Amino acid sequence: MAYDKFTVLRSTAVPMPIENVDTDQIIPARFLKATERKGFGDNLFRDWRYHPDNSPKADFVLNNPTYSGKILVGGKNFGSGSSREHAAWAIYDYGFRCVISSFFADIFKNNSMNIGLLPVTVSEAFLDKIFRAIEADPKAEFEVSLPDQTVTILASGEKESFAITGYKKHNLMNGYDDIDFLHSMETEIRDFAQKHSL
Amino acid sequence: MSTLFDKVWDAHIVRRIEDGPDVLFIDRHFIHEVTSPVAFLGLENRGMKVMYPERTFATADHNTPTINQHLPVKDPLSANQLETLERNTAKYGISYWGLGNPKNGIVHVIGPENGITQPGMTIVCGDSHTSTHGAFGAIAFGIGTSEVEMVLASQCIMQPKPKKMRITVSGKLSRGVVPKDVILYIISQTTASGATGYFVEYAGEVFEDMSMEGRMTVCNMSIEMGARGGIIAPDETTFSYMKGRDKAPKGKDWDEALVYWKTLKTDPGAVFDKEYHFNASDIEPMITYGTNPGMGVGISHHVPLAGTVDSNKTTYDKALHYMGFEEGQSMIGKKVDYVFIGSCTNGRIEDFRAFASIVKGRKKADHVTAWIVPGSHIVEQQIKAEGILDILTEAGFTLRQPGCSACLAMNDDKIPAGKYAVSTSNRNFEGRQGPGARTMLASPLVAAAAAITGVVTDPRTLLNNN
Repeated sequence: MAYDKFTVLRSTAVPMPIENVDTDQIIPARFLKATERKGFGDNLFRDWRYHPDNSPKADFVLNNPTYSGKILVGGKNFGSGSSREHAAWAIYDYGFRCVISSFFADIFKNNSMNIGLLPVTVSEAFLDKIFRAIEADPKAEFEVSLPDQTVTILASGEKESFAITGYKKHNLMNGYDDIDFLHSMETEIRDFAQKHSL
Repeated sequence: MSTLFDKVWDAHIVRRIEDGPDVLFIDRHFIHEVTSPVAFLGLENRGMKVMYPERTFATADHNTPTINQHLPVKDPLSANQLETLERNTAKYGISYWGLGNPKNGIVHVIGPENGITQPGMTIVCGDSHTSTHGAFGAIAFGIGTSEVEMVLASQCIMQPKPKKMRITVSGKLSRGVVPKDVILYIISQTTASGATGYFVEYAGEVFEDMSMEGRMTVCNMSIEMGARGGIIAPDETTFSYMKGRDKAPKGKDWDEALVYWKTLKTDPGAVFDKEYHFNASDIEPMITYGTNPGMGVGISHHVPLAGTVDSNKTTYDKALHYMGFEEGQSMIGKKVDYVFIGSCTNGRIEDFRAFASIVKGRKKADHVTAWIVPGSHIVEQQIKAEGILDILTEAGFTLRQPGCSACLAMNDDKIPAGKYAVSTSNRNFEGRQGPGARTMLASPLVAAAAAITGVVTDPRTLLNNN
């Protein structure tokens, strides 16, 4: 599935300084029953965001009009647990294009990159600076540059680099996915498969 | 000198991309109703076909009811996902063991029990507990739906090679301590993120002595410390489990396979990026008190004080508040409303034997609702054939039909808000077993002790009375 290209994103950010945010929180299993990829944003963080009677929980950050933006900032070990790609879909569908944390669960990270949602890993210290910048000014802007592989706190000019492989960077900047690549390898794969008979 | 993991991974690299992932060939692909429909839709939109349909195996497990499976599925959304899987598998010529099929069951139970899972293979599924299959010396891990589509389209996925970790547990387990306790103990020591970025090999006497069912329980929960997967070198226990299974090699093919399988072990002197060593004698029956699987303690211990855990105060307070627990409280004696035995972690025959060993001759506590859910129809048949069903019935329990059941609150089996469940499943996340449900993860023995006494109880006190 093609997705939007990612180059440079300048935006305010939504803070979620909770550790181990697992994919069951991001999208509970009972909302995984669709057979198409649409509408998952409505149930993003469903049980943190809404009471059982569907009224919004006022103290949850997504219900607080002070905070908005295309960047979600989470505590360490973001996206742990279930492999459900629906978690990345829900974050993307809600309107986020980038998640910043000091540590991502592996499957969530792969899933995000496969759909054009950029997971950015920064140091604990820099993550803390980002949280403090938002606390000082909820309208503080951040710049995430994929070409330069940097995150900048625009108010102070502080920046940090992040790692990404050249292959994934190229894909994300151009909106390509792995299937395009694998399709071009068909003959090579078929030759390999012959050696790995069932 | 290479590790078991290196041997299997390197043998499956179709191409190595510079400054990028490896293109990894996949021997076996399992699919289920929840994470496959969008992948098939993607394939259709691209006008592509399934490259090797004979390498993909489908089952229905997540959404399925665990009673009255002969009736139509009531929830229209679940029914639609099940119908979609049936249609997709028929269209592309993929084997499908749906509801009502005698081979139906949880994906990570039926793969091994039918011999589809074999040593030295690469195995993926759109489900994080695919790590289960590593018990056979296979590289097995969970993937997302985009990757399911990749495997359908090309029988490959693109993955950076994880780092390698070895966890060695030496010595002998004491009475009442079972494989679930071993893995809950390991996760409590490494934390819920301690193995992120790694693939874990389990080694040492404890795993050498363990049955295949036990090894599957251990590898299953590798993901709960963040690892992509877990792997255990195949040995005589593995080979005797596999011999004669439906899809296992036969005759000359078996002999040839065995020669290869016997090479699947870490060479002496091979180097790991990280190693842990634990002693079996330090492990007692375990239980979790918090909202991730790393938040576990020995059952005789108390809920830890905030300063002693690897978690910031906000996160820790949130977890205890959700559970309705306080720092320093004893775990023994906590009230239990629900008991769940089953899931891809503990839904195999050995787990029901363990459960029965405690409930035999006793009665279920009146206030406890117990869900006893076999991992597959084959397990269900074994439960009946071995007389375990009679023991359960006499003790006041009923047996349900196979499926993921209360592990993930996706089907009808949900724990109500605020209620406490002792569960043999794999996750105690907030809402995992139902919105507001409070989960304590434990072994089948601890689950049985809770079901009988109605409170958290050290199962060793009941073993001694037997």
